[in-house]
Amino acid sequence: MNAPETTLQLDAWRGFANGDWQKQVAVRDFIQLNYTPYEGDDSFLAGPTERTQKQWAVLSELLKQERAKGVLDVSADRGTSIVAHDAGYIAKDLEVIVGLQTDAPLKRAIVPNGGLRMVQSGLDAYGFKLDPKVEEAYNLYRKDHNMGVFDAYTPDILACRKSGVITGLPDAYGRGRIIGDYRRVALYGVDFLIKAKKAEKAELDDVDFSEDVIRTREELSEQIKALAELKEMAAKYGFDIGRPAATAQEAVQWTYFGYLAAVKEQNGAAMSIGRISTFLDIYFERDLQEGRITESEAQEMIDHLVIKLRIVRFLRTPEYDQLFSGDPTWVTESIGGMGEDGRTLVSKTSFRTLWTLSNLGPAPEPNLTVLWSTKLPRGFKDFCSKMSIETSAIQYESDDLMLPQWGDDYAIACCVSAMRVGKQMQFFGARCNLAKAMLYAINGGVDEKSGAIVAKGFEPITSEYLEYDEVVAKFDKMMDWLAKNYVKALNAIHYMHDKYHYERIEMALHDRDILRTMACGIAGLSVAADSLSAIKFARVKTVRNEAGIATDFVIEGDYPAFGNNDDRVDSIAVWLTETFMNKIKQHKTYRNSMPTQSVLTITSNVVYGKKTGNTPDGRRAGEPFAPGANPMNGRDKSGFVAAGASVAKLPYDAALDGISWTASATPDALGHTLADRVNNLTNCLDGFCGASGFHINVNVLNRDMLIDAMEHPENYPQLTIRVSGYAVNFIKLTREQQLDVINRTFHMHA
Amino acid sequence: MSDPSKPLGEIFPATVDDQGHLVGYIHSFETGAAVDGPGMRFALFMSGCQFRCLYCHNPDTWKIYSGRQMRIDDVVAEIGKYAKFLKFAGGLTITGGEPLMQAHFVGEVFYRVKKQWGLHTALDTQGFLAAHLDDSWFDNVDLVLLDIKQMNPEKYERLTSKPLQPTLDFARRLIRLKKKIWLRYVLVPGWSDDEADVDALATFLAELNRDGPGLLERVEVLPFHKMGEHKWEELGMKYELTDTPPPSQEVVDRVRSQFSHYLPYTLVC
Repeated sequence: MNAPETTLQLDAWRGFANGDWQKQVAVRDFIQLNYTPYEGDDSFLAGPTERTQKQWAVLSELLKQERAKGVLDVSADRGTSIVAHDAGYIAKDLEVIVGLQTDAPLKRAIVPNGGLRMVQSGLDAYGFKLDPKVEEAYNLYRKDHNMGVFDAYTPDILACRKSGVITGLPDAYGRGRIIGDYRRVALYGVDFLIKAKKAEKAELDDVDFSEDVIRTREELSEQIKALAELKEMAAKYGFDIGRPAATAQEAVQWTYFGYLAAVKEQNGAAMSIGRISTFLDIYFERDLQEGRITESEAQEMIDHLVIKLRIVRFLRTPEYDQLFSGDPTWVTESIGGMGEDGRTLVSKTSFRTLWTLSNLGPAPEPNLTVLWSTKLPRGFKDFCSKMSIETSAIQYESDDLMLPQWGDDYAIACCVSAMRVGKQMQFFGARCNLAKAMLYAINGGVDEKSGAIVAKGFEPITSEYLEYDEVVAKFDKMMDWLAKNYVKALNAIHYMHDKYHYERIEMALHDRDILRTMACGIAGLSVAADSLSAIKFARVKTVRNEAGIATDFVIEGDYPAFGNNDDRVDSIAVWLTETFMNKIKQHKTYRNSMPTQSVLTITSNVVYGKKTGNTPDGRRAGEPFAPGANPMNGRDKSGFVAAGASVAKLPYDAALDGISWTASATPDALGHTLADRVNNLTNCLDGFCGASGFHINVNVLNRDMLIDAMEHPENYPQLTIRVSGYAVNFIKLTREQQLDVINRTFHMHA
Repeated sequence: MSDPSKPLGEIFPATVDDQGHLVGYIHSFETGAAVDGPGMRFALFMSGCQFRCLYCHNPDTWKIYSGRQMRIDDVVAEIGKYAKFLKFAGGLTITGGEPLMQAHFVGEVFYRVKKQWGLHTALDTQGFLAAHLDDSWFDNVDLVLLDIKQMNPEKYERLTSKPLQPTLDFARRLIRLKKKIWLRYVLVPGWSDDEADVDALATFLAELNRDGPGLLERVEVLPFHKMGEHKWEELGMKYELTDTPPPSQEVVDRVRSQFSHYLPYTLVC
């Protein structure tokens, strides 16, 4: 099945409905004219083929070795590129879909353009040596992204970075969160795309050469070169992808080649694949109707694609892995949703993609993201719920909120960031720590842990008891200071990334003129909101050290905590979200990008907690924050629905880059029978979505099992849990993170 | 309606606060309960219970005054926050404690949520006090989650400290009133796993099912767990079941199949 079939005589577009998509790059138009909505249930699905099982067995062995070593192998002899490596296979005769990042499975490439420093520390940590020629090239002849950023940073930004009031900035490696429209490769073939890019460039021949125009022209030239390299890369596997895909297998293969080129070239924090299922379904439907393939073969192609997506790897440092729990790549695939015309975008391949969790067992990647709408067909909703209950590997995001904002061909990058595929990208901005910023407000810019002055020119609060109005006034000013430095840092990062580590192939699979967002973020929202609630509704006394810094707080009385559907405090969380967004908007953003923000922590809620002292809500120094927009652990005492109602109050308009909520329940808490559990989970998702909730990670797990997995990781190689916009292998978490997960609120029936 | 010859406990009198509002004593509420009736429930836990079941997992609800005094308006408003969700996803379940101890308050809550939002309502009770209540009290109750903790009267009394008969009378009355019933049976090794006792209960249920076909919708066999043990310790009480293990899967399966044998058309889970 590896050898390309002789398909030259086949018309690639046979049987497709005609439309604008034939004249210009317009994938959405093609999908809308040709896809088949599916409103049935999961009874048509096929199990894994023998080839699938054998291939997965080969890979499972390699994954085991990788877990033992941390990193299985590195190609440290050359910097990566689309064509840097020869073809590689897991087990050639078992693979229906082929292509690896390097010439062997799980062998990682190095990406010096992002930052040589990260490459070196990654290699050192795992006992590999960098080729001296690569080192020489970057030390003598060119610069990387990381070097550029640090040339531009200010002392204030460096201080923020050091203290942890701003963390996770993509200044040392690829920024990610850009989704190429990989479907274009299949639908059009690369030759068509090169022609279109040349035409886009030619349109700029006769305009004034401003800096913007020159940059765009250089970028377009790079994109055209990258497309040629993409074709060359596929040729190494024996495929001519200059022409469009003519069969389902080719469509899957071509699409994957597009994605593969991206992950060969870039090591972005999140390398999401987009929204491909229903696009591919059009090809499956055609082949099935033509009698070319069976359901089992259709499923096999998806299974094999997903196997490839599960082994995307980047060389990171152990610190990075610690921050993000294992080595996530956020190969997010967005599934389902509704169309602007009211038809559902669920197809049989939406089912097939989720079904890989059963055929291959659960896994954190690809990051399966269901675009949930109350209007989705019930059969699909219940199937999702069932897969969630069985695997805890799915996240849900509200299509009802995103469709009006972004149309019906957006996809999620990373965890919760929506972008129209091929028409929009973001400048990923990590996040800043609102809880710590509040302590800075109280202490006049002095860091509560180091005693260093991080924010200059602020007066501390000197009273014994904290007054709400005074804290809010000072916090407001501190947020001004934070937003200013934060946007500066992001502008520097993205200027340098465009300059030194431009995403050639991903941007080649975008239109020339796109919307760019500047995706800022906040962490510690529930800590900050609860702290303000404590100050307002209880009495909070400061405890000061000899230097006069408030290092602890004594709460007298009770206060309402975020997560109980209590407007007194929920309104504070809303105020914080809106206020910080407005402060971000005051600043000029690089490339006139549209400022947005997320309420998302990834798993850095643990590290943020470590870097933040005692807070006025009663949280102890070092204790983890709640992840994303979650209520603090154990404070959401009114149950799952009340917690969701609080989170759902955070306005999407003020957090267009997403609002993340992770909820865990024991299976027993969802109902006595599987049918009850499925029905209840579906209704909960509808309820949350109907209340304008944005995102929910669903974990259905027993705490006892997690504790056992901590003690006996070898028995749980595929145990997957959702953390904060993505999923992780539980056994790859640090012990601290494992305990954080176990200590989270589990909704259960007692 | 009550029969003075029966050794019944008292229903707590209707209580108003100093501003004339009807109040109840509330232990807590839970907004995402999925195992207390059909779908997702708003579970309102009332304080107060005359039973002293050895395996009780909420002994902190026994004393009525240990609950928080809340006005009826506030309780109903709290439920109202979720009415839209509960309307399609489930409904309201009033549990406890023993909700019938505060029947005046509970009846008023049921009345209001029915009238205002048409919510599905469920009452989780052992029925001990039900004889005090008129038939019309049950008009706003769609489903009764009926706890029959043992079918053997002596064992019942040892287990709960109260007699069994009022509960059986109540079960028959529910059939007469054409109320839907989910029977709940906590399976405790050594206390309620005897084969003959289970057969006796199943026989009784089969009679109910004969008199009111289809009303007994479910039998839920709930394996004993010790998640409430720490609460006994916190209350300074001795927990007698410390050494009692959860029932084995074999026993759970056996008891379920006993019920299924007598009730072939009822969901036993």
